[in-house]
Amino acid sequence: MTDFFQLLFSGVATGSIYALAALGFTLLWQASGTINFAQGEFVMLPAFAMLGFSAAGLPLPIAFLVTCVLAVVVLGWGFKRGIADPLLRHGLMPIVVATIGLSIAMRNGVRAGYSAEAHPFPSLFGDALFHIAGITITAGDVGTLVVALALVLGTQAFLSKTVTGRAMQAVAQNTESATVLGINVPRMVFYTFAVNALLACAAALLVTPTYLAKFDMGEGLGNKAFFAAIIGGFNNSRGALLGGVIVGVAENLAAAYVSPAYKDAVALVLFMAVILFKPEGLMGKKEMRKV
Amino acid sequence: MTHTCHTALALATLIALGGTGLAQAQAIKIANIVELSGTGASAGTNFKNGVELAIKDINAAGGILGKKIESTTLDTQSNPGVAKGLTQKAIDDGVFAVFGPVFSGSIMVSMAETQRAEVPNFTGGEAAAITQKGNPYVFRTSFTQSTAMPKVARYIANGLKAKTVAVMFVNNDFGKGGRDAITKALEANGVKVVADISTDSGQIDFSAPVLKAKSANADALFVYTNEEESARALRELRKQGYSKPIVGETTLTGQKVIELAGEAANGAIAHVGLTVDAPNPLMLKFKARFYQDYKYISDHNGIKGYTGVYLLKAAIEKAGKVDRVAVAKALHGLKVSAAKNPGVLMDVAMDDHGDLDRESFLVEVKNGKQEVKEVLPALNAAK
Repeated sequence: MTDFFQLLFSGVATGSIYALAALGFTLLWQASGTINFAQGEFVMLPAFAMLGFSAAGLPLPIAFLVTCVLAVVVLGWGFKRGIADPLLRHGLMPIVVATIGLSIAMRNGVRAGYSAEAHPFPSLFGDALFHIAGITITAGDVGTLVVALALVLGTQAFLSKTVTGRAMQAVAQNTESATVLGINVPRMVFYTFAVNALLACAAALLVTPTYLAKFDMGEGLGNKAFFAAIIGGFNNSRGALLGGVIVGVAENLAAAYVSPAYKDAVALVLFMAVILFKPEGLMGKKEMRKV
Repeated sequence: MTHTCHTALALATLIALGGTGLAQAQAIKIANIVELSGTGASAGTNFKNGVELAIKDINAAGGILGKKIESTTLDTQSNPGVAKGLTQKAIDDGVFAVFGPVFSGSIMVSMAETQRAEVPNFTGGEAAAITQKGNPYVFRTSFTQSTAMPKVARYIANGLKAKTVAVMFVNNDFGKGGRDAITKALEANGVKVVADISTDSGQIDFSAPVLKAKSANADALFVYTNEEESARALRELRKQGYSKPIVGETTLTGQKVIELAGEAANGAIAHVGLTVDAPNPLMLKFKARFYQDYKYISDHNGIKGYTGVYLLKAAIEKAGKVDRVAVAKALHGLKVSAAKNPGVLMDVAMDDHGDLDRESFLVEVKNGKQEVKEVLPALNAAK
């Protein structure tokens, strides 16, 4: 039984990371109708930025803050102005293709410009171990879980409790009415991109000690996060959290009790099941298409 | 004045052009077809750097039979299909020899191309099957698993006095080959394999496999995965408080693994065919040379690449001509002594299958560094 809990806990810790990236997916979708297939690379780039700043002598927390600012400018503003704005007018397909292209460009850019090898990344929480009722937990696991949860819930609260957050939601639900109500729509959309960039930075800080900083680290992460977002419900931010944790736990249990060979298939199977039986996702709302 | 200037310039250009043309005609072209991205990036990058360093040294010393070596590098993306395509491309470009890929799964596929074109192909792959297919153009730069594993098994049985072992391996050609070889070797030494744990290439979370290893309750654990996965496995083993000896073959105590696993690598024991920490002045010189050029310490794959080029050099010199078939023939049964050919770093003998034999080492990671515990003699020397 302790085995089960050990697996459950490390699954939840992994899942909370998927949830962070998945939250970015749902946010962008809700606010601007963008599906960003470069989400994994949005986590990879800040990881390398932090490594770079650390190498330049900045302590990790400062490097993280500098990276956050940089990410808001490049991955938030730059991504919105350079890719999302010009392409969204033409529908969803161009932006999907463009972000897939962007992810390939980012991956290979880092590979060519930095290196193709994996690099160690300092853990924010140290390597302390706790033994609770036969389960071993690292400070890193607990820290990741707590920070990820706090970020997801914080984002939720920001969206539902603050004026800015509610304005962002209004834009997401009905852009025209929001404009009539005097909400600055482009600014709200930019805020969403900025929040997405910040979440990506936080995810980078949390995952890189385990994933190791590597140019293709975003590939698997982006896929899992996308599945998690679909499973949880693409139009519900809480769904992203649920989806992430489900994928993380299911993977770990399958690896131990079925076969490690099928580990990566688990997310796909769940994804298919959800698409077939509950296409709006576990926590999503059904959306009517306006004709 | 201007006129003379122009004429002189034109003349200079002509000479320069003619010069390069001549150099190209004489150069020995080789292709590096290695893993620069994907799961094999660490291994491939080291191998390539080793090859390029050797080429630099050989060219600086006057080349092979007076000819310079030229190399091109292509990235297989750790993908056998890409490796095969690139090998075909290199052959079309008329290379004299191919170095790489390092991954067993890739060389198994790509060596069919070099065999058909009769181009000597040096690989860093260690899967036993590579040289068992009767391909006369494939040559190893390190031990095959079937040479290395008996040495590991002997240590587990006699050195650690283990009766039972759990085996954790990565589910690819390299891992499965190693798993089969160690299982056979352990059984031959009277040690029972009580858990057979498969892991994925690129696996992030090792909590499940480590849990399985723990619950198997064996006297020792044998870990056989690629670099990054080895590091993650070591960390998870440390995290879950695994207290039995952790033994590996080469990769487990590699420089990159130590760097990535940090403190968790301490205590890991491995048999290595090649290590920069070998008590050998030539090896220490190589280590310093490599560090000077690349600003990091080479792992065994760097040594494979470096010594591989010197093996080719020795074979070309033995054949006395730059001819692919003659050189491949010369490589079979080639014995190179480090005293005469310092570039091979250690005495080495190549057999008729393209497998090689030399001394090897048992190392343990202590304070983040490989320390040689024991020097094991070459198999033939031991007989």
